[in-house]
Amino acid sequence: RLTGRKPAKPVVKRELDDDMLEQLEELLIASDMGVDTALRVSANIAEGRFGKKVSTQEIKQILADEVARIMETVAKPLPLYPQTPQVVLVVGVNGSGKTTTIGKLASQFKEAGKSVVIAAGDTFRAAAVEQLQVWGDRAGVPVLTAPEGSDPASLAFDAMTKAQEMGADLLMIDTAGRLQNRQDLMEELAKIVRVIRKKDESAPHNTLLVLDATTGQNALSQVETFQKLADVSGLVMTKLDGTAKGGVLVALADKFGLPIHAIGVGEKIDDLAPFDPKDFAQALTGSDSL
Amino acid sequence: MFENLSERLSGVFDRLTKQGALSDEDVKTALREVRVALLEADVSLPVARDFVKAVQEKATGQAVTKSVTPGQQVVKIVHDELQHVLAGDDDNPGELKIDNAPAPILMVGLQGSGKTTSTGKLAKRLKEKNGKRVLMASLDIYRPAAMQQLEILGTQIGVDTLPIVAGESAVQIAKRAKQQATLGGYDVYMLDTAGRLQIDETLMQEVEDVRDVVNPRETLLVVDGLTGQVAVEVAEEFDGKIGISGVVLTRMDGDGRGGAALSMRAVTGKPIKFVGLGEKMDALETFEPERIAGRILGMGDIVALVEKA
Ligand SMILES: Nc1nc2c(ncn2[C@@H]2O[C@H](COP(=O)(O)OP(=O)(O)OP(=O)(O)O)[C@@H](O)[C@H]2O)c(=O)[nH]1
Ligand SMILES: Nc1nc2c(ncn2[C@@H]2O[C@H](COP(=O)(O)OP(=O)(O)OP(=O)(O)O)[C@@H](O)[C@H]2O)c(=O)[nH]1
Ligand SMILES: [Mg+2]
Ligand SMILES: [Mg+2]
Repeated sequence: RLTGRKPAKPVVKRELDDDMLEQLEELLIASDMGVDTALRVSANIAEGRFGKKVSTQEIKQILADEVARIMETVAKPLPLYPQTPQVVLVVGVNGSGKTTTIGKLASQFKEAGKSVVIAAGDTFRAAAVEQLQVWGDRAGVPVLTAPEGSDPASLAFDAMTKAQEMGADLLMIDTAGRLQNRQDLMEELAKIVRVIRKKDESAPHNTLLVLDATTGQNALSQVETFQKLADVSGLVMTKLDGTAKGGVLVALADKFGLPIHAIGVGEKIDDLAPFDPKDFAQALTGSDSL
Repeated sequence: MFENLSERLSGVFDRLTKQGALSDEDVKTALREVRVALLEADVSLPVARDFVKAVQEKATGQAVTKSVTPGQQVVKIVHDELQHVLAGDDDNPGELKIDNAPAPILMVGLQGSGKTTSTGKLAKRLKEKNGKRVLMASLDIYRPAAMQQLEILGTQIGVDTLPIVAGESAVQIAKRAKQQATLGGYDVYMLDTAGRLQIDETLMQEVEDVRDVVNPRETLLVVDGLTGQVAVEVAEEFDGKIGISGVVLTRMDGDGRGGAALSMRAVTGKPIKFVGLGEKMDALETFEPERIAGRILGMGDIVALVEKA
């Protein structure tokens, strides 16, 4: 593909017909948008254009604009509140990127002049605490820990007391990964939230659900259940530096309307970016050929 | 959340219960629903497309059994084909090639897919079920505390881990593992690697170098059972560049439909050997195609029903 330079292709216009519509649908389905949402999004853009002549370039741009339009309403940075410590609880299924995202966020807030404390609420997984301690060191913020196997709710409670004493602006609480169909583990999470509220009724001020971009339609069930049991206030999607497009975010925006605060684009401390609807839409519709 | 396939098809076929054979048109209508069901289960688009084509050929003209509806009949055909593709011709999915001690097993996959956990689970299984002496080594020099994680798991399950030496490269660690496994009289040595994207050329090269040093008897691609459309690309790239011998599908204790299983199997032709069913060290089972087939279609009972009829 790198050898030789192809002459510029003449712009070919094609009629927007059923065939082309189906190709658009498939492009969206291949991004993990899900069949229903893909059908609706492509039907939207076909409206008023069906039977008209369009170039591939044009139709992709129209598609990107439509996706960006849907996503604009959910692109919001993590809100900061005057209460201190502002408690940020981070939740999600196993391996989605919770711990790494906390490290990255802590570093960003530290750089913005906030005093940050992290609590190592994953008292279950092997070396989860050690992992978070490395991130704490990298970000230059203290990490509060409890021994492996101890109750994460009481760790969260103690961490709130300590963060208060330390006069911290932000307390970020890591939690163990849990699948949303595990009722016992979801109840454990609900308990963490209840205990935090005993200390401060308005906390947790943010509950971030971390989603993995390689996840398919199960993300819908993740958001639904975590929202129900832990009052999720916003989303972060990780691993968008890979080839997964994260199209399920469009279905999620449509169904739940939760804000998307940031995206993970790598394993390094600075690899956390604001969610940009235009970039997201461009990546989603761009690379696949039509 | 999703309608299962038999519900979808019962709608389609309500009007034609008395016909003798499935007509072309019936089959086509039904297969549109099958395609949607597969896509909702996260089967990758090109795989779903090929699969539907294969079923179409099998279904057209088949006689309809009197006591079941055409919808149920199609479900049965789809289910059988699905099971057929998933099973392949692999008789013993739970068997690993571990002759010629020390046999190296290489674990690879994307970030967070479950490699380290699965390494521990497999080591435990090899030790307890096969009576093997196993050595585990972490080649993950990148993720914070990755090596400690494997070390802790080793202590939990009573399996030795290669001592951690700071500053070595993945290849150097692999060489040391091979040496220690040989000198120490181990039957198997397992190499847990860092998570990597299939498009990361540097890291893919690293694992190719490791492969060339140890010549693994098994190279297992560890894949999250909740994976969506990207499964095909991941399978193609890892198999193409490293050459895998099988797949471990994790997080099947979740409520995901597991369409990635079909994508993996169809693209690589390599067997799915094990499924991960939890975080604990004994939460590993051998792959059972019939169970996954029913799950991808979002149903279990219908097949038994058709079988009885
Ligand atoms: N490529 C890439 N990898 C990421 C990103 N975020 C996290 N990771 C990697 O994904 C893996 C899992 O990340 P963790 O932060 O440990 O995930 P977790 O949700 O805390 O996992 P558990 O606590 O085990 O449930 C690690 O290898 C991370 O380096 C990202 O944005 N891009
Ligand atoms: N529920 C469930 N969780 C699992 C399963 N397998 C692994 N996990 C969890 O998934 C998370 C990530 O697992 P790891 O074994 O650390 O994944 P990894 O592939 O080694 O991750 P990296 O080294 O960061 O790339 C951990 O929280 C594990 O406990 C499984 O089958 N079911
Ligand atoms: Mg974690
Ligand atoms: Mg690992």
